[in-house]
Amino acid sequence: MTLKTTALFEAHEALGASFTDFNGWNMPLKYFSEITEHKAVREAVGIFDLSHMGEIFVSGPEAVKGLNTALAGDFSKMTIGRAKYTVMLTEEGTILDDLIVYRLGEDRYLMVPNAGNAAAVSEAVTERLAGLDVTIDDATDRLSLLGIQGPQAQNVVAALGDEFAEAASSLKNYRVTQLTVEGSEWIVARTGYTGEDGFEIITPNDQVNHLWNRIFAADAGVEATACGLASRDSLRLEAGMPLYGNELSRERTPFEAGLGRIVSFEKPQNFVGRAALEPHRDAPPAQVLVGLTSDQRRAGRSGATIVVDDQAVGVVTSGIPSPTLSQPVALGYIDAEHAAVDTAVDVKIRGKALPFVITKPPFYTR
Amino acid sequence: MTVVKSALRYSAEHEWLNDEDPVRIGITDYAADQLGDVVFAELPEVGDTVTAGEVCGELESTKSVSELYSPVSGTIVESNEDVIQNPERINEDPYGAGWLFTVDVSEEGPLLTPEQYAEQTEGTVE
Repeated sequence: MTLKTTALFEAHEALGASFTDFNGWNMPLKYFSEITEHKAVREAVGIFDLSHMGEIFVSGPEAVKGLNTALAGDFSKMTIGRAKYTVMLTEEGTILDDLIVYRLGEDRYLMVPNAGNAAAVSEAVTERLAGLDVTIDDATDRLSLLGIQGPQAQNVVAALGDEFAEAASSLKNYRVTQLTVEGSEWIVARTGYTGEDGFEIITPNDQVNHLWNRIFAADAGVEATACGLASRDSLRLEAGMPLYGNELSRERTPFEAGLGRIVSFEKPQNFVGRAALEPHRDAPPAQVLVGLTSDQRRAGRSGATIVVDDQAVGVVTSGIPSPTLSQPVALGYIDAEHAAVDTAVDVKIRGKALPFVITKPPFYTR
Repeated sequence: MTVVKSALRYSAEHEWLNDEDPVRIGITDYAADQLGDVVFAELPEVGDTVTAGEVCGELESTKSVSELYSPVSGTIVESNEDVIQNPERINEDPYGAGWLFTVDVSEEGPLLTPEQYAEQTEGTVE
């Protein structure tokens, strides 16, 4: 199978990126050093090409009704210019994807699903909204997405021009606005996946190279670092954010994943997955997602078994030596009776049982 | 494109060794690049016996962990303390300050010439 590439592929090659197959996309893993990239986001600003992610517009008089049916969240009280983190469920009540929904206008919404799920989300939305007065436009192949993340992100966005400066200073966290650039609609949101302040900018594919070059131009006044998916993963994990395919999957419910609060049983519309989840509303799940840290140096990686008294009680879903905290951090599912904060457990790492402690994510907060 | 030094010999598991006595061993530029930024190096200790082709330590980066194989059999003469304290040396200078250990060699394992190793890793000999 030929891997898909973003409109910035040549720009990444020119920077000497190492590439990786991420859900069928040939994406930059790192440019030079993933730890340097990680630290750039924590201390200054990093730029990510996230054009592999999906962009699906839902518009029309029945858009809210459709979103409330297709997704677990309640969109009826969301005001224009807001962003909302939500999940799409299967009929079985498990997680089909986690995504952000932006309300762009009176009847216009944008869904940004994960790259690996964009096609499945697009298909499910089309099916779940059939018969409603809505238009669904899967723009994934037409649009590019850049993440500008870090304490200096606002300065980078402001340096792009007057209207960007205005947007950068007025946009609050989890808000979105639209700008017209050379006749095309750009979307600027104060969202991200790193645990830092940051922006995400969506442009037509044919304008993204211009944006990329502008950001890295010397006169921007800020030294931006191009960042790959390796640092994106270590940043989100330090911030305790789940990754679809690791923490979230069609095998797990939002209750197990600690996302029960974003499932709205109060909204008027019935939603896909509700019937399956209803019986579990008040029953604690058998396993729950927890954080794990350790004072020894070896990291528990995805798939490592969590052990208490020689009994397997859970599994690590993501784990790294944290570049910011200089200790191993991990997320994993564990039997509920061992999930209390400060519980001592072992993680089996290459045959050895090494001590970890249950913690409540995030591991890092700005 | 990663660098293969013309004055060294190589193992298929991506270690280099020089022609000094005791022999000095490290990982190649290719291995360092593949592994990513090393944050934890567990090296054999002075006096340990190592066997060619067998695991003698491990190197951990943010994204993965990889076992370290000795390209020769013998006794460890020195471990690079600087690398244990500052594992980033391995990425900064894999053929220089990032060396890992020295061995009093009793027997060599199968080794590759720079040209053979460069072919295996699509590297450049210099």
